[in-house]
Amino acid sequence: MKSIDLEAQGLRELNITLQAQSEKIEDDSWEIINPKGSHALAVGLNAPIEVAINGSTGYYTAGMNQQATVHVKGSAGPGVAENMMSGKVLIDGDASQYAGATGQGGLLVIKGNASSRCGISMKGINIVVGGSIGHMAAFMGQSGNLVVCGDAGDALGDSCYEARFFVRGSVKSLGADCEKKEMRPEHLEILKELLDEAGMDAKPEEFTRYGSARNLYNFDVDNAGAY
Amino acid sequence: MCGIVGLFIKDPSLKPKLGSMLNDMLITMTDRGPDSAGFAVYNDDGSSNAKLTIQSDNAAEDFAGLDKALSDATGTAVSMKVVDTHAVLTVDASKLADARKALNEINENIHVMSAGESIEIYKEVGLPVDVAERFGLDQMSGSHGIGHTRMATESKVTTNGAHPFSTGVDQCLVHNGSLSNHNSLRRKLRREGVTIESENDTEVGAAYVSHQMELGSTLGEALESSLDALDGFFTFVVGTKDGFGVVRDPIACKPAVMAETDQYVAFGSEYRALVNLPGIEDAKVWEPEPATVYFWNHK
Repeated sequence: MKSIDLEAQGLRELNITLQAQSEKIEDDSWEIINPKGSHALAVGLNAPIEVAINGSTGYYTAGMNQQATVHVKGSAGPGVAENMMSGKVLIDGDASQYAGATGQGGLLVIKGNASSRCGISMKGINIVVGGSIGHMAAFMGQSGNLVVCGDAGDALGDSCYEARFFVRGSVKSLGADCEKKEMRPEHLEILKELLDEAGMDAKPEEFTRYGSARNLYNFDVDNAGAY
Repeated sequence: MCGIVGLFIKDPSLKPKLGSMLNDMLITMTDRGPDSAGFAVYNDDGSSNAKLTIQSDNAAEDFAGLDKALSDATGTAVSMKVVDTHAVLTVDASKLADARKALNEINENIHVMSAGESIEIYKEVGLPVDVAERFGLDQMSGSHGIGHTRMATESKVTTNGAHPFSTGVDQCLVHNGSLSNHNSLRRKLRREGVTIESENDTEVGAAYVSHQMELGSTLGEALESSLDALDGFFTFVVGTKDGFGVVRDPIACKPAVMAETDQYVAFGSEYRALVNLPGIEDAKVWEPEPATVYFWNHK
């Protein structure tokens, strides 16, 4: 394992070094020490490497990730795993607002809680949250799965397209055009796989599925008030 | 974008270190607000005295002989400690209102930053590191303090546009965000006799909270009603003589992190501001919920 001390080496060297692994893998396991809430740690990675961050982070951790596994051993600030394409981002603590925003692939696991706008405009990413999530989660979510082992806040799935939402606890309110759905065997299977991969101790049968009512796909003047 | 930091000391042995801890937190938030900075420090010495913290752009001239002039005008002892562009005038608490009135008559170019038994507010244009150094923040002690680094959006970069704003005795408020109904609310508050000095949106928020408290609300109730009265984005941190409160608007897009240990409660716009606090590794760290009032009190 190679170690990078953020305080000594600085953010630019850290990201250049990790991004260079896409050309040639020097080591498949890295650790970042002294993160101290810094922004934009381990962004733009594109190699099958493991990166452990030993502490809490600030804005935009592991943004645009491809292939890499990034493990934050603390909590993450706003915009963690934004626009992830593939790979895995694991947060031991909580995540701040818009975790996994616009993500197109890969798996984001948040062991604690996620705050507002988790999975906003998700486009294929899978997000598993061990705790609860805040308001406006998965706003305009297009595809992918958002799994919440705790509760969801206001306006879950507002204006969503084909993203699926699985919530074990309560939902404070559903957003426009989001509705409760039937849990069919194929959904239980997807959910089981995601829970297993995320290492969450929860039974798929305990969850409720939500998704788009598909009434707002095309403009209809009768729905003008809902837009 | 602006940066907010706040520290509420629970363990009295940390009081002498309040300034140095707040100083570190404030400077860390420089890139959220490099144009001006300010801070309120609450330090009640237990005496029957009250303090007026004043500011002048022409301090050398305006402060010369001011203590004597004020003493003559009010018929009471006045002491003055000049700190850069600011000065702290100490008078008997019963004479605070008289002293403030007399001060305005002596020289209307002098701005009152704060008035109260415990509060002192210092704020200026410039990088937070320079502002903090000019006023010697790292040497200050106190029971709680609030700091702000400003990136101006709603009004000019001036001393009076910097935070904290104080619109009531021993009260202050700092703000990250922008209020969109501040003009109509300012007119309404002025009609009700509230003094609002600047065109800044935050001062209106502070004046609203102070006015509610004058009408009999507790700080918690005043903050609760601000959620309905104010339109816009805000994370507010407020201070009173004994307390420290936090509230975020229902959308909550302005960041906020809190930490609590047996020794303190801390607020930061970002976790970065909290990383050097003692025992932060084992602190309870959380993001305050939207539209929820948090409040801590010394008594």
